[in-house]
Amino acid sequence: MYKVLERCGVWISGQRKAQEVSRVLGALTSQTQPRTFSRGLHTVTLIPGDGIGPEISTAVAKIFEAAKVPIQWEERNVTAIKGPGGKWMIPPEAKESMDRSKIGLKGPLKTPIAAGHPSMNLLLRKTFDLYANVRPCVSIEGYNTPYTDVDLVTIRENTEGEYSGIEHVIVDGVVQSIKLITEKASHRIAEYAFEYARNNQRTSVTAVHKANIMRMSDGLFLRKCREVAENYKDVKFTEMYLDTVCLNMVQDPTQFDVLVMPNLYGDILSDLCAGLIGGLGVTPSGNIGANGVAIFESVHGTAPDIAGKDLANPTALLLSAVMMLRHMGLHGHAKKIETACYDTIRDKKVLTKDLGGNSKCSEFTAEICQRVQDMD
Amino acid sequence: MMAAVLRGSLVSLAKGLTGAAIKPLCARSLSLSANQNASETPPARADSTFKVTMVPGDGVGPELMMAVKEVFKAADIPVEFEEFHLSEVQNMASEEKLDQVLTSMKTNRVAIKGKIHTPMEYKGELASYEMRLRRKLDLFANVVHVNSLPGYSTRHNNLDLVIIREQTEGEYSSLEHESVTGVVECLKIITRVKSRRIAKFAFDYATKKGRNKVTAVHKANIMKLADGLFLQSCAEVAELYPKIKYETIIIDNCCMQLVQNPYQFDVLVMPNLYGNIIDNLAAGLVGGAGVVPGESYSAEYAVFETGARHPFAQAVGRNIANPTAMLLSAANMLRHLNLEYHSNMVSEAVKRVIKQGKVRTRDLGGYSTTGDFVRAIVGNLRHRPVH
Repeated sequence: MYKVLERCGVWISGQRKAQEVSRVLGALTSQTQPRTFSRGLHTVTLIPGDGIGPEISTAVAKIFEAAKVPIQWEERNVTAIKGPGGKWMIPPEAKESMDRSKIGLKGPLKTPIAAGHPSMNLLLRKTFDLYANVRPCVSIEGYNTPYTDVDLVTIRENTEGEYSGIEHVIVDGVVQSIKLITEKASHRIAEYAFEYARNNQRTSVTAVHKANIMRMSDGLFLRKCREVAENYKDVKFTEMYLDTVCLNMVQDPTQFDVLVMPNLYGDILSDLCAGLIGGLGVTPSGNIGANGVAIFESVHGTAPDIAGKDLANPTALLLSAVMMLRHMGLHGHAKKIETACYDTIRDKKVLTKDLGGNSKCSEFTAEICQRVQDMD
Repeated sequence: MMAAVLRGSLVSLAKGLTGAAIKPLCARSLSLSANQNASETPPARADSTFKVTMVPGDGVGPELMMAVKEVFKAADIPVEFEEFHLSEVQNMASEEKLDQVLTSMKTNRVAIKGKIHTPMEYKGELASYEMRLRRKLDLFANVVHVNSLPGYSTRHNNLDLVIIREQTEGEYSSLEHESVTGVVECLKIITRVKSRRIAKFAFDYATKKGRNKVTAVHKANIMKLADGLFLQSCAEVAELYPKIKYETIIIDNCCMQLVQNPYQFDVLVMPNLYGNIIDNLAAGLVGGAGVVPGESYSAEYAVFETGARHPFAQAVGRNIANPTAMLLSAANMLRHLNLEYHSNMVSEAVKRVIKQGKVRTRDLGGYSTTGDFVRAIVGNLRHRPVH
């Protein structure tokens, strides 16, 4: 079992730690028959999405083919349907596919503007209990922003907090919105953050909070982080106020490594950090769920204005797919594709419009494929 | 409306205190002296001085106040401070102390204040003294004008935006409870009255300062009722100001835009927590907590403080704190007191020292101490602007 995990690029120290093996590997640890990610063909559920989604998904699939990644795609469309009892749900084919493959790659989904229609992302989050949102923000050489050398990861609790959805009008003109913080979810996200830091050779975890104002709720979150930190002596633990993080982030983002925080702060900080490296078009994202499910996605919009025109930039989805490969333990393939992507951007010869070039999506994709093949 | 109230209270205050310098505010530049150009020539010395409440707070607060006092003394500014040490971490906070500050504020109406640090440990009382002071005085509007300092270059230069934050409700309601063990509920309260009040303040501010656009920052896609109410209130108020453009932006996108293209913003208005985030983020864009001044207003009172409120406790006693923010805030206070000439003298001196770049504190990449910096400012006080 441990050998399998090690082959997957997971470093395990000692017997005791093995019990706390990442939830990333929940699928591995919970199954009696361990699945070897590093051998054989894996099935991944592909949700191309709307707008530019299909184009960028095709781009990723092509690059994967060029890199001979041992993956077979199982394409599923996701639109919210009304199930029995009028409850919104995702189509059973998609759910069933995800339940089997455990791993998904997803393009942008549009939320129809209709009364009572839930956000698709929210629905997916609920269906698979995707409790952690992970976003590595790494400066991309060649795509210049005022910030260089950004290399950090935001880990956001994704199930509760300010997004509990519990709101009431107490009397006309007075609304209360409830932020929910639980011991269980706080512990789970803290545990994941430290495990992530350890598995990805990161040295420190910073808990972002506002416990000076929300003394009980954020206080609980912080207490759980401190408790979990006790079990990870090899990872440095610091805590910082949300405002201080923002202040320091825009002045010197290099001081941060892994950041863990409740829902709203994560939402804000992850987008802020994406801004540092050039926006959502180049930022990958992964959602980790219970029972070993993980969905990787690009977090940008569906860009309906350029959809179908071969102008979209597939970088965010491609880098998300790279994250997915790492998650599956396919580090070699991940490295190869990532390098090809970064090299293409650094050379500035073939770039899509939003990256400052003049090429089409297909040309950009072909360039990366070429580089991937040249590496063999 | 808001501005009128502020103005009204200011005039009545001025009446009570100075004999010579009273004229309606609209004739501000003339009222300061009989001379033609008020800002270049010192006004005749006022018969009496202005009294201002001073709460140094924690961390480097007292050091910053020392700097203010030193500069005020050297510039011969007719302001007298009533000092109150209110601190939770040093066990110098009590209801009695709070009452003293409030009493002093009631007569002075103007204060200069450092950050009263809030310890994280929960000891039965959810609201901090900082919050209680804010609520008792009803300081609902916090204004932070983020302005790049000429001569100090950062990643984003020539920034000029104003952040207006509601700071009496929202996430800072101090209403929390543990419903069952391990589950904590924290209430965020948004009311129409307060949302409209801050929106009105923002539009009045924009009108008064000749600004073109007000952007409301929210998260109404998630908090549909609470932030929805805030947004609706802003939109309603916006209709009363057809000359000012009104836009909305979601908080996460706003943060992203601020680091990518901050120039698109003019005046931003938002609920409490988002204000806390944006204040700090924007302060970071132009040089950090040490350089951005801020102020808080109620219908009657005005409190001058730093824009990003941090105690900066690790710098205490090391003579490294940057007093720029507090001095600029003090200069704004002087303008509020109708001491235009003195206000300009202080702010010009601070800006000149920074522009020259010879004497800078550590946070701006220099090697000077707080003391050196203050001395440099004092040395630049009497320098006349060249026209």
